[in-house]
Amino acid sequence: MNPAFSVIFLTTLIGVGQGLFLALFTGQSYSAVKLLPAATSVEFYSIGGLIALLFLVGGLIASFFHLGHPERAWRAAAMWRTSWLSREVLALPAVMGLLFIYALMHYMEWDIVLFTSEAGAELSVSLIVGILGMLATFALFLCTGMIYACIKFLQEWHTPLTVINYTLLGTASGFVLATAFATYTAPGLLKFFGIWSIIITLTALITRVASLLRNRNIKYKSSAQTAIGVRHTKVKQIAMGMMGGSVNTRDFNHHMSALFFKSIKWVFLVLVFVVPSILIWAGIEEANRTLLFSAFIVQYIGLIAERWFFFAQANHPQNIYYQTV
Amino acid sequence: MTQLALVIDLNVCVGCHACVTSCKEWNTSGPAGSMCDDNPYGKDPTGTFFNRVQTYEVGEFPLTETVHFPKSCLHCEDPPCVPVCPTGASYKRESDGIVLVDYDKCIGCRYCSWACPYGAREIDEHQKVMKKCTLCVDRIYDEELPEEERKPACVLACPTSARLFGDVHDSESEISVAIREEGGYQLMPEWGTKPSNHYLPRRKIRKHIHKDELERADNPLNKEQRKPHGPIDAPTLDDSTSW
Repeated sequence: MNPAFSVIFLTTLIGVGQGLFLALFTGQSYSAVKLLPAATSVEFYSIGGLIALLFLVGGLIASFFHLGHPERAWRAAAMWRTSWLSREVLALPAVMGLLFIYALMHYMEWDIVLFTSEAGAELSVSLIVGILGMLATFALFLCTGMIYACIKFLQEWHTPLTVINYTLLGTASGFVLATAFATYTAPGLLKFFGIWSIIITLTALITRVASLLRNRNIKYKSSAQTAIGVRHTKVKQIAMGMMGGSVNTRDFNHHMSALFFKSIKWVFLVLVFVVPSILIWAGIEEANRTLLFSAFIVQYIGLIAERWFFFAQANHPQNIYYQTV
Repeated sequence: MTQLALVIDLNVCVGCHACVTSCKEWNTSGPAGSMCDDNPYGKDPTGTFFNRVQTYEVGEFPLTETVHFPKSCLHCEDPPCVPVCPTGASYKRESDGIVLVDYDKCIGCRYCSWACPYGAREIDEHQKVMKKCTLCVDRIYDEELPEEERKPACVLACPTSARLFGDVHDSESEISVAIREEGGYQLMPEWGTKPSNHYLPRRKIRKHIHKDELERADNPLNKEQRKPHGPIDAPTLDDSTSW
């Protein structure tokens, strides 16, 4: 496929926003059961929530650049019964809405403790909003991943690993940003978020490498023989029926050299996983804000490369019909 | 249930592209507006077509065969492009099984073209909506046309009658008989899309002439002359044997 930067920015930006929200909520739930000191600042949740919201808005804006008719985008909510894209269109505003309420409740300090257990664990209204937000966030990850994973003839994508990678990579980038952001508002949580960032980043490394290994040995079901239905071992296209190319020749190929394509794989493996893990480790040891923010920026750039590779790697069976001018 | 479809006979297609040009001509002049056509006479001509004729070489030189292969939307019975559409612009008609795009609802997200394994959908880069073969839906039901012209433009244009049109669900229709009796098949059956359009394979037609067929059985002396007449009402060998 030809990677569209609108979709690359959509998926990476909302991934950061969702991950950052999950980090905030994780912090709050740990404090609610007294596993973390409760006295984290109001700004951490409210401004953190606002930043997560801005990433989601950024992703939403990026998505409009992918549409031929952005003014009709509202129609995309219609077919949620069958289309994962439609479900994503519903899940994204749901996450944004819950995130807005969550951030606002923390900012205005509107919160009521509903229930306190004997051990001192507190269930508050903001935590309930957080749980709903978390569910919506995971639903959004599922929708985003399934948009790609549900197309069965794009065999590189048609695997549960697609959904798992979208979830883990988005969560990792959000936790890294939360770590960097914690240096301002919640220095006590620096180690907590830092270690979780490294754990999630390394888990994502395992699942992403698993999908790379899976795709290395992929056996394509379609061939020139099944495409035109001629049973002969040698079938070669000699004309695709046009000379100047069409959408079919432009949209379904990455148009880059094999060397560039291969190098992007190593670029993203280093930038998404190796460099950020080292930077976070060093950053939380020294509580160094510059190191932690560079960890986030390096990882985000790496994620753009990762997403580019994800799209470029998918080999669409329609390309069998478009081999030679 | 009706399922309109095309049957394309690869045995007689000569790759003349008449179906391509007549399709473009009919559909670019239709009520849905023109189909884009950039640099038609320039260096890199490009545009939207519903139908393409491709050419394949089967075998290894010198034992090769050239197959001309027209390809348009196959109007699948289980079209993977329809459920993925977020707006419902892409739909399959209950009444006749034609897969259509509502150009007024399409947001141009291209997701349906990703979900078509055949590359049958081409976005119109000027109107920014997805387009594909409509099976000339604006023609086949037009009662102002004479009945024999109520067929897709490509079918009418084909000089070798390589394209047949009809209902694949009617087991007695011309195309069902052709599929049944001439070995009609579907493209990429591995994806379970159940395309309605079928293709008829190459069929070798050989006439065997035996040596005795070259000699007249009723001329044992090999004398080439006018046949001697017997009595007018007497039976002849020609009445009782045939070659």
